[in-house]
Amino acid sequence: MIRRTFATALAAATMLAAAGAAMAYPDKPVTYIIPFNPGGESDITARLQQPFFEELTGQSLIIKYQAGAGGAQAWSQLNQMSGDGHVIMGTNLPHIILQPLTSNPGYETDDLTNIYMFHYTPDAIIVSKDSQFKTLQDLIDYAKANPGAVTFAGSGTNSANHLALQRFNELAGVTTTYIPFGGTGPSVTALLGGQVMAGMGYSTVAANHADDTRMLAVATEERMALFPDVPTFKELGIDMVSGAYRGIAVPASTPEDIRKELSDIIDRINHDPDFIKRMEEGGFVVTNIGYDQIDAFMAQKKKELSAIAQQMGILKQ
Amino acid sequence: MGMFDYLFQALTPLNLFLAVTGVVLGTVIGALPGLSATMAVAVLVPFTFAMDPATGLIALGAIYTGAIYGGSFSAILVNTPGTPSAIATTFDGFPMAKRGDGNLAVTLATLASVIGGLVGAIALMLLAPPLAKVALAFGPPEYFWLAVFGLTLISALSVGNMLKGLIGACFGLLLSMVGVAVIGGDIRFTMGTQVLLGGIDVIAALIGLYCIPVVIDLVATPDPHLKVSTERSGFRLKEAARIAWTSKFNLIRSSVIGTVVGILPGAGGSIASLVSYSEARRSSRHPERFGTGEPDGVLATESANNATVGGGFIPTLVLGIPGTPPDAVILGALLVQGIRTGPALFTEGASIVYTFIFGLLIATLLMLPAGLMLGRYAYKSIITIPKAALVPTIALMTVIGSYAINNNADDVIVMVAIGFVGWVLNRIGFAPSPIVLGIVLGQIAEQGFVQAYLIGNAQGGVLSMFFGRPISLGIVALALLTLFYPFIMSKWRARRASGATATAEAGRAE
Repeated sequence: MIRRTFATALAAATMLAAAGAAMAYPDKPVTYIIPFNPGGESDITARLQQPFFEELTGQSLIIKYQAGAGGAQAWSQLNQMSGDGHVIMGTNLPHIILQPLTSNPGYETDDLTNIYMFHYTPDAIIVSKDSQFKTLQDLIDYAKANPGAVTFAGSGTNSANHLALQRFNELAGVTTTYIPFGGTGPSVTALLGGQVMAGMGYSTVAANHADDTRMLAVATEERMALFPDVPTFKELGIDMVSGAYRGIAVPASTPEDIRKELSDIIDRINHDPDFIKRMEEGGFVVTNIGYDQIDAFMAQKKKELSAIAQQMGILKQ
Repeated sequence: MGMFDYLFQALTPLNLFLAVTGVVLGTVIGALPGLSATMAVAVLVPFTFAMDPATGLIALGAIYTGAIYGGSFSAILVNTPGTPSAIATTFDGFPMAKRGDGNLAVTLATLASVIGGLVGAIALMLLAPPLAKVALAFGPPEYFWLAVFGLTLISALSVGNMLKGLIGACFGLLLSMVGVAVIGGDIRFTMGTQVLLGGIDVIAALIGLYCIPVVIDLVATPDPHLKVSTERSGFRLKEAARIAWTSKFNLIRSSVIGTVVGILPGAGGSIASLVSYSEARRSSRHPERFGTGEPDGVLATESANNATVGGGFIPTLVLGIPGTPPDAVILGALLVQGIRTGPALFTEGASIVYTFIFGLLIATLLMLPAGLMLGRYAYKSIITIPKAALVPTIALMTVIGSYAINNNADDVIVMVAIGFVGWVLNRIGFAPSPIVLGIVLGQIAEQGFVQAYLIGNAQGGVLSMFFGRPISLGIVALALLTLFYPFIMSKWRARRASGATATAEAGRAE
């Protein structure tokens, strides 16, 4: 609350200052809405962007949380917010594609004006340090011998983790059991406590629990700098390059030049070596998908994800 | 570096200043229903990025522990828990305030919170790495049984109204199912509206069920909100300290329960205070006084919920698994600071961890003077503000509080609607607490059950999943004991009484 009052005061001050000068974007504090609870990956990466954004633009970036319905509550309200570029919102893939495909979340994928996808957390198969599975092949062999017996913890139903496991099952020709948990935290707890045999999560889990876990494979194009010893799925003959992408969207009423301007700012942050270093340490992979490429990227992802959703039989009637 | 160095590092003017400010801010935020501990911590996080890690952690820990404590003010004075952790504090705190002992109840809550907070923080300092294993020992079946245990506690606590307590809890369980299911993804009981898609927020339900009936009753009755005793004003610190000293076992037991429950990710302060409350009642010499303004009830719940603060930091710092929702925010802040959690943090990062723990201990101690001042002020304003001003103030707070949960107007609609339902239910004898606890426990029970079933199924043994694990069996035994304890006790008393009369008669016959 204090921050908000402070921000309002700051806003008033800057507006006075800007009155004479030419209007440049951004000319007042920017509100960055995260559609999830604080403490998750969306929050952490927004927090990492925050100082760089403030340094670049001289305006403060105020992070606000509007959690609910797996993000749908915020996304369904985005287009009613003011479109002067001072309200931006985090968007997550596959959520914004899957939700409208499988249910009626109150928005369509194309309603959201994404202007940048700035990183992704690659899907990864993780086991606890003392697991019997030393390599991915161990796990596949066991799963082939005991169909359905390998339990995988993941976050949520019909979520990124769930889909990734479904794809893995199909490509590796195995049957496993997916156990959904209420978030990354509880699913990691179950993994570390030996309640499940493996986890379908993100590289970030392995980065944060390096001492207690072993990542068997990661769904990136090339091996990650942070994990030079962990093979990619591709190397092991499983064609999986996927994960949860996080980006930024603006209300549909936001003018074209501001969209471009914002995309440029995020792009500059994304190329800051210090930012890249901090993201990589956390297990995030920086992606530079700007405003001019975003439509093609979204179309591609929509195609991929609807195919998997159809296989899983979760498309809405 | 020795422990004394860490203590001195925690005692720098900046750290002390942040500890005081954190505790005061936290207490105020916690006292306002709807502004939760999680929110208090999240608001502060960006400021801590400019500080060194230990200092930032001290500020966050101070505001967190202050918020958990502050929740007791509104629980005692307005019958509305400021945070879910303070639900059980309303049981005896508000009856105390009603009969004119509001200041005594606030002072008792302060003493209990300080002691609980100290026990939790000391456990964090001395026993964190071994205790963290407790968090991992609890799997889906244990959480399922823990929630079932919690539900049996509700029925046992609904004195003389066991049936209504159970019905209320079942209503809460049903409410917990509204919205998109975490497991299965089904959309349930939303009646086709977007408003209910996100489910019924626990905080919105909490505000609605407790505050709206209070507001309506304030308007509907001519009596003053609280009785004021003129001859016993002030802190009544001596009196409170005497009561706390006689109840030292209750305080220690409740603090230990709070610490252990705090270690369990996903259990939280509401379960901790509920368990310790029922334990306090069970072992009391006057169990019948509980629920009518028994100081032991306030001592039990407030020491337990502040002990969860230190307890919750144990899995957060040792395993990187947040013990409570505010811990999740703090963990995120640590990651942004580039601090890797894990057992190594207690050796390699010792200067950060131990400076922080000393800071937390100091902040907890500072809660005593800060809390007494704030509590006195809160008590005075509640009794001196005329009802015509008090009612709109509380009404406005309910709207702000429920909006602030997710910055969403839908939660306000849910809060008001559920509040009116709650008022009607209140009139026909259904208390709000079983309903709210049903909502909290319903989610834990459902997820635990489905996960345990799926895992059991995959391993070819559903029954052994639920009934073949030692911790599960222990919790089942506790639940059964709670459920049948009143019957066993009354049987036993009856037998002893009849035995006593028989001996007496035998004596007379001689």
